[in-house]
Amino acid sequence: MKCVFVTVGTTSFDDLIARVSAHDTLQIFKSLGYNRLVLQIGRGKVVPEPFSTESFALDVYRYKDSLKEDLQKADLVISHAGAGSCLETLEKRKPLVVVVNENLMNNHQLELAKQLHKDGHLFYCTCSTLPGLLQSMDLSTLKCFPPGQPEKFSAFLDKVVGLQK
Amino acid sequence: MASVLILVAAGAAVAALLALRLWVVLHSRVLGPRQSCSLLVVAGSGGHTTEILRLLENLCNAYSPRHYIIADTDEMSAHKIHSFERNRSDRDPTTMLSEYYIHRIPRSREVQQSWLSTVLTTLYSMWLSFPLTHKVKPDLVLCNGPGTCVPICISALLLGILGIKKVIIVYVESICRVEHLSLSGKILFHLSDYFIVQWPALKEKYPKSVYLGRIV
Repeated sequence: MKCVFVTVGTTSFDDLIARVSAHDTLQIFKSLGYNRLVLQIGRGKVVPEPFSTESFALDVYRYKDSLKEDLQKADLVISHAGAGSCLETLEKRKPLVVVVNENLMNNHQLELAKQLHKDGHLFYCTCSTLPGLLQSMDLSTLKCFPPGQPEKFSAFLDKVVGLQK
Repeated sequence: MASVLILVAAGAAVAALLALRLWVVLHSRVLGPRQSCSLLVVAGSGGHTTEILRLLENLCNAYSPRHYIIADTDEMSAHKIHSFERNRSDRDPTTMLSEYYIHRIPRSREVQQSWLSTVLTTLYSMWLSFPLTHKVKPDLVLCNGPGTCVPICISALLLGILGIKKVIIVYVESICRVEHLSLSGKILFHLSDYFIVQWPALKEKYPKSVYLGRIV
């Protein structure tokens, strides 16, 4: 069972949800060997109808306490560019395609997606270029993402507040 | 006529005094060892909360009590915070009772809200932030960029300006900000004690910032 997991975090990203559940995109997923699509739709207004056939299944939900399980089971993750979604996915070493939401003010998420793409950790695109990317990308070229170091922050903070241990 | 002049002179004197106090507060460093540090954490929605909780993961138990401020419409953050604090005390049974509190204030700004109405809602948030910050009187304020943090940080500064307490303000720019600071970042760059960035490009643009690499 090869699974695609689509997540929009706590936001709403109707364009993405509509795009991934469109008939032609579903065909692309099937042709790439995926037989399950799970959509985490957050606050979105577009709610595709779940279905399950012999060859393909579509699940839809808004939120879960933790996306760990769905991330773990996924063979491909398609996500909005939120930092939390990106970091969680990359830390689980899952191939990640980030779709940038062109409707957001200043689109600050774009900077992170671009940088992580530049460093070779993910692919990124817009809703309209997603189908093309899905068909042309080579997931084996993605590089591993090293973990962050919060201990450096705590050491720094201890020093500046003058914490005596 | 004379009374108007006196009023203007008095106004100018007060403004000058406040400016001087602000300068003093911004340039003072709290030294002297301490055993504990009370923390005021500003948790914004979505990723902001996730990021700031990651920062807190490694902090020792001396950072107590922890006061979290969330926007009143943000139940998801409340949930994440409770989860985080529960895991903390599960992991370390030597912590007696996790001392933490969650406070709610109105959002300064909704996503995609116009800039003009943002000024008004921010002023309203200030009106509510100051009493809260004054009540808590934390040793340290920690934030990472949601609009909610600007009124809180200004309130913390006011505590210093009014001679009530010097509060250390630490701002950590979100990992999303690679080449450009957020609006909150641009404002608080000049008002925080320590401004931490997570990408080398920002350290280059803002040499006075602190760069520790990626910390989330």
